[in-house]
Amino acid sequence: MTALLTVADMQVTIGPVTPLDGIGFTLDRGEILGLVGESGSGKSLTAMAIMGLLPLSGGRVSAGSIRFDGTELTSLGEDAYRQLRGKRIAFISQNPMTALDPLQTIGAQVDVIGTLHFGKSRAEARRRTLEVLTQLRIPEAAAICASYPHQLSGGMKQRIVIAMALAGEPDLIIADEPTTALDVTVQAQIIHLLAELVRERGMALLLITHDMGVVAQCCDRVAVLYAGRLAEAAAIDPLFAAPAHPYTQALIACIPRDDTRKGTLAGIPGTVPAVSAYPPGCRYHPRCPQAQDICRTTVPDSRPRPSGVVACHFPGPTNG
Amino acid sequence: MSIATSTRHHGVAWRDVAVLRALRTPKGALAGGWIILVVLAAVFAPLLTPYAYDLQSLKEAYQPPSAAHWLGTDEFGRDLLTRLLYGGRTSLSVSGIAIGVSVFVGMVLGAAAGYFGKRFDQMIMVAVDLTWSFPEILVALMLVAIIGPGITGTLVAIGVAYLAQFTRLTRAQIMAIKSETYVEAARSLGASHARVLTGHLLPNALAPVLVSGMLATGDAIILEATLGFFGLGAQPPTPSWGAMMSSGTALLFKAPWIIIFPGLAVAITVVAINIYGDALIRALDIRTRLRAA
Amino acid sequence: MIGYAVRRLLMLVPVFLAVSVVIFLILHLIPGDPIDNLIRIGSSPAQREIIAQRYGLDRSLPEQYFIWLGNVLRGDLGTAIVGQRPVSTMILQALPYSLALGGAALLFSASLGILLGVIAAWKRDGWADQLIMGGVLLGSTMPTFWLGLLMILLFSVHLGWFPVSGARNWQSLVLPVLTIGLAGTALVARVTRVAMIEAQQRDFVMLLHAKGLPRWRIHLGHVLRHALTAVVTILALRIGWILGGAVTVEVVFARPGLGTLLIKALNQHDYPVVQASLLMLAMAVMLGTLLGDLIQAALDPRVRTAMS
Repeated sequence: MTALLTVADMQVTIGPVTPLDGIGFTLDRGEILGLVGESGSGKSLTAMAIMGLLPLSGGRVSAGSIRFDGTELTSLGEDAYRQLRGKRIAFISQNPMTALDPLQTIGAQVDVIGTLHFGKSRAEARRRTLEVLTQLRIPEAAAICASYPHQLSGGMKQRIVIAMALAGEPDLIIADEPTTALDVTVQAQIIHLLAELVRERGMALLLITHDMGVVAQCCDRVAVLYAGRLAEAAAIDPLFAAPAHPYTQALIACIPRDDTRKGTLAGIPGTVPAVSAYPPGCRYHPRCPQAQDICRTTVPDSRPRPSGVVACHFPGPTNG
Repeated sequence: MSIATSTRHHGVAWRDVAVLRALRTPKGALAGGWIILVVLAAVFAPLLTPYAYDLQSLKEAYQPPSAAHWLGTDEFGRDLLTRLLYGGRTSLSVSGIAIGVSVFVGMVLGAAAGYFGKRFDQMIMVAVDLTWSFPEILVALMLVAIIGPGITGTLVAIGVAYLAQFTRLTRAQIMAIKSETYVEAARSLGASHARVLTGHLLPNALAPVLVSGMLATGDAIILEATLGFFGLGAQPPTPSWGAMMSSGTALLFKAPWIIIFPGLAVAITVVAINIYGDALIRALDIRTRLRAA
Repeated sequence: MIGYAVRRLLMLVPVFLAVSVVIFLILHLIPGDPIDNLIRIGSSPAQREIIAQRYGLDRSLPEQYFIWLGNVLRGDLGTAIVGQRPVSTMILQALPYSLALGGAALLFSASLGILLGVIAAWKRDGWADQLIMGGVLLGSTMPTFWLGLLMILLFSVHLGWFPVSGARNWQSLVLPVLTIGLAGTALVARVTRVAMIEAQQRDFVMLLHAKGLPRWRIHLGHVLRHALTAVVTILALRIGWILGGAVTVEVVFARPGLGTLLIKALNQHDYPVVQASLLMLAMAVMLGTLLGDLIQAALDPRVRTAMS
């Protein structure tokens, strides 16, 4: 059986630049895939590509394929694509503070999923909205529906955005750093809420994050991006037990542990290069402690690993 | 007036060329070229035309454009091209001087308000916001009512009408950079208020204020022409673009060219100032800073 | 909402007082004895005495101001020097003409300007955008009175479609409205275009796309509404400019109205009329600004919350 979502060898171009290429991973129902990497590694762009929203920023998928439940998305017409969005593929954006239209009531913003995608009347859509809000354990759902975004807290707004995503009863949810803009205490709540919903309903979740801690807690599998290329993809346990790519190793080393003393938080020296300044060879080589001559000249191929793939000339050892 | 001294803190290289760099696009070059042409024509008016601006010749009145009188003649038989060139002197110098003084006063007020803050700021801003909420033409008419028609009235009216704009803009610039580290460093090193203002704050605020002053000069030319058209600007026989059209209104059907050419001069000059100003804004990259007010 | 309107109205009181002080002072700042500026040359001492009494000219300046303000608030705006008619009657006769012109021009500029701005933003950088923005530049840089004169030449003299001047029927309103409207439309179109483009880049618009809404619904139902709040804010500040254009246009088309009244009085040194018409125009600007604020509050729930 094929997976719900299969991205293969995807390349994205925006004008003259190619910010993403050779991206591939799969995601199945009931599964949570973590898409990780530092800012600028191309995580959000990958999400936009799957959502078919690249044209908004003047980009397009220029090679490779995105298959969703048997349908090739890269060649899908805009109208058909639009009917998938919000219904079968839902999106949760990064900053709940700016994600909602400040001029419209909360209720109206959730209702539209029902009226648009399920042909419901306004009253039916509102009933469904209240149902979803209640399922999300949002108190006083009716009052919330009548209020405007600026009257709600950040955590509540993010719950509303999640409610909008759930209202379409999607097969796939893409969540782009859904908690980075929130207070630390609320972050954990939101992530757990999402994970729980996905498991209960057998949906698939593509969770974009730069936080390996979050990944370790709730993902089944991970895809690591670096500078627009896939560095490594694997199931969660083997990946944390024996990260093969030096970049993955560095990311894992950055996770603060209980025994980490204050002031010794690790970081990776340097920054992700800009799209216009991608180095030749392996794009990680300027920051890689193990870089050899070949890394500076030749792009590493993705090679299979026991539970995934890695793109490195000198991958770390596997534990079995 | 030049933008040359405006950018002490952004390096020397581009400050000398921003005014010229704006000329590099075809639009900017065309617009800048027209402005230079109009200014030169006004300055050298006496050399460019064989007629005197007040030379009357009633038997030559109401002549349409011809080889002898390129733009025709008016009701007194005066050569319109001559009057247009001399009128440019009045219109451009009145607008330019009024805006120049207004920019200077506005910078002093705005800098003082932005730098010292508190009561002083409140006092200035109450007065400024009051004029800001009324259209320039209304402010100008109020002042003309007090001072009386003529060049002096026009100068003051234009100067005051645009004062609020420059004060607000300078204040916003000063407020934005006042708390930056290099300013605080200068203060803590013992520099006086005057030194900090003239040495650090004003140079940085200069570029946006001067550019908006240039754009306002375009509006001021229209305002001058409008006051002139109402008969409240330069008084006869002194020609100005507005005054020429004022006297031409009654002759609209008999000799439309009396109206058309001064109006064209105003319109093209103002369009040119706007296009060049836009190119300058782009060259200096100060669009967001101009919006601060 | 009504509470908000009342509060905004009260905020205008100090502005009105400040403006009235300036307008009152006109009489004392112009050279010469104020009484000479209030009365016809060659009036008898008895007539001078009546005027001096009425304006309290023997009292201190602040007292004179309050006497004047009291008269104004009771609707007594004095007597015109030229023609000796009560100024309040003249104002009341002129007002409907100016209101009709200003209102029609505002409506015209707002509707056409918003339409053009939306088209320009929708087809950003395309030929329609460039054409509209070119027209906007021309429209905002042509002297209003000159444009009016050209319109008369073209439409009245050559084509004979509309009357040259006056205010007898609706046809006589067309050219004046077009004349003011062009500059107004240019302003509104430019502001709308920028506001639309800025609103399109807001985060929530991306989420609307992600929800599967059609592009036209996003643009007309959300982006435009956002842009409108920005447009209304700027329009509220600029309503005065459109009304200011009415002053010029009335003179060009020889229409009765406040502008004609003011310019004629300025040229004739008829100061009671100058004061009254300036005051009325200033009030029109203030009320226009207030109207803009109220529309903005109706469009934007955040403004309502901030105010209550």
